[in-house]
Amino acid sequence: MRRGPSAFNIAAIVLGMGFLYLPIVLLVIYSFNESRLVTVWGGFSTRWYVSLFQNEQLLAAAWVTLRVAFVSATLATILGTLAALGLVRAGRFRGRTLFSSMTYAPLVMPEVILGLSLLLLFVSVGVARGFWTVMIAHTTLTLCYATVVVKARLVSFDEALEEAARDLGAPPWKAFALVTLPNIAPAVAAAWMLAFTLSLDDLVIASFTSGPGATTLPIRIYSAVRLGVSPEINAISTLLIGLVATGVIAVYLLNMRRRTPGA
Amino acid sequence: MSVTGAPRPRRPWKGLGRPRGQPSSEARAAYAPFLWLAVFFLVPFLLVAKLSLSDVVLAIPPYAPRLDWSAGLPGLIDFVRALDFEAYARMGQDGLYLAAYLSSLKFAAVATVILLLVGYPLAYGMAKCRPSVRQALLMAVILPFWTSFLIRVYAWIAILKPAGLLNMALAQIGLPPVDILNTDTAVYIGLVYAYLPFMVLPLYAVLERQEAGLLEAAADLGCTPFQSFWRVTFPLSLPGVAAGALLCFIPMVGEFVIPDLLGGSGTLMLGKTIWTEFFSNRDWPAASAVAIVLLATLVIPIVLFQRQQTKIMEQR
Repeated sequence: MRRGPSAFNIAAIVLGMGFLYLPIVLLVIYSFNESRLVTVWGGFSTRWYVSLFQNEQLLAAAWVTLRVAFVSATLATILGTLAALGLVRAGRFRGRTLFSSMTYAPLVMPEVILGLSLLLLFVSVGVARGFWTVMIAHTTLTLCYATVVVKARLVSFDEALEEAARDLGAPPWKAFALVTLPNIAPAVAAAWMLAFTLSLDDLVIASFTSGPGATTLPIRIYSAVRLGVSPEINAISTLLIGLVATGVIAVYLLNMRRRTPGA
Repeated sequence: MSVTGAPRPRRPWKGLGRPRGQPSSEARAAYAPFLWLAVFFLVPFLLVAKLSLSDVVLAIPPYAPRLDWSAGLPGLIDFVRALDFEAYARMGQDGLYLAAYLSSLKFAAVATVILLLVGYPLAYGMAKCRPSVRQALLMAVILPFWTSFLIRVYAWIAILKPAGLLNMALAQIGLPPVDILNTDTAVYIGLVYAYLPFMVLPLYAVLERQEAGLLEAAADLGCTPFQSFWRVTFPLSLPGVAAGALLCFIPMVGEFVIPDLLGGSGTLMLGKTIWTEFFSNRDWPAASAVAIVLLATLVIPIVLFQRQQTKIMEQR
């Protein structure tokens, strides 16, 4: 494909990107609208952002969401890295097919099923739903994404390097920590970011597994959205999009910089 | 690569050659996530299956029978005897469930076709760009994937609602207003919009890797650009088409947020059915039975998806 894009290719790209970004751009623009009405532009204003920071329910929900996302992303990244190590390196072991299937299935499984099934587990064990149940549910979902991301990197990492460290007398954990881990670190960071944002965004699973004390931000946004469009939701959405976009672009640039000198 | 578990020749003592009962340190690393998934993924499914055989009662939790461990074996026998297929029987009798089932499949299938028609030209165009431009475009496609699903669906409400931005734009150019929000059309728009990155990324991955030489060879042999696309590029991109289609189709069948926010009261989808049965009707056995039927339908595409992913990993 050396000849460069044709007019048709450029049209496809422009239309496709327009379709992907126009709704988001409009949402961001209207978060700065003075008027409460969607279609009336009442001038530039940041009043909805101000009212956002006075809304204590929303702030409480945001705090819960950030805590859940932080704990579950960290746990999911650790478990996902271990799972990737097992799947890529351990050769054949008993239950490998089942294990491999379990790390793929939640990627495509409808979220209502995951949410419902975890809720039934918590109910039958008799655990009160709240922070920890949402955290466990999100860890279960995001650990699979973390596994895929780390696995992709591990597959292309030469195991001989770690073997050399072991041959030179390093115990397995030390060989891993000093040789393999620094090499897969960008993927581990990306896995954490992905797990964090997935947890931050999730509505369906959190709705099933959270309790009265642990209402997350998406649940709050969802109940507000059902009542109609409001500039406050636009404002909080803009903040979330900004946060995620900054993080994603930072990780991306970090990966780029590390890759360029070597590859 | 040892993805399938075939031992590498360099370390013949790994994998198959290992005496039983002596797992490698890597296999032991997998214990923790394995255990986690067994407890929080596998066991919950068995519970859904069990609950789908239970009956609704007015209690907390709202189902019966409940297994009483202290009653020992007779308790277990009583428990198993009390299970029945009533929830499934009700599903069979009520035409609404069947309608929701068929309509979910229709929504997902039609949206997958539209996604292919929209996503393929985009991915193809991206693959034709210079590498530096490609990277930026790839980033631009990935970014919405990271952005909240709920927010991206919400953005469409402001556009599609009767006094929304679309009708405002239509009025500007003198066209009559359209009423799209809360219709099936809005659900299709939402599905295509939300899942577009999932379709474009696998397509782009196969198209980007294609050798330019193949097309040159086709051109040298007298193919028109369209012929070389149809007979060379497209057949070679089929693995990406399959991956993208499965990656979109499977979760769309069970989609909840999009039909709930953009669809109307007449929009039937199983994800919404499960949600309503569970939260509004408090009929947990019915919600579980619908979930089991949904899962049974999706098992084959999910297995196909896993096979395909494993194959892709091996080819690296």
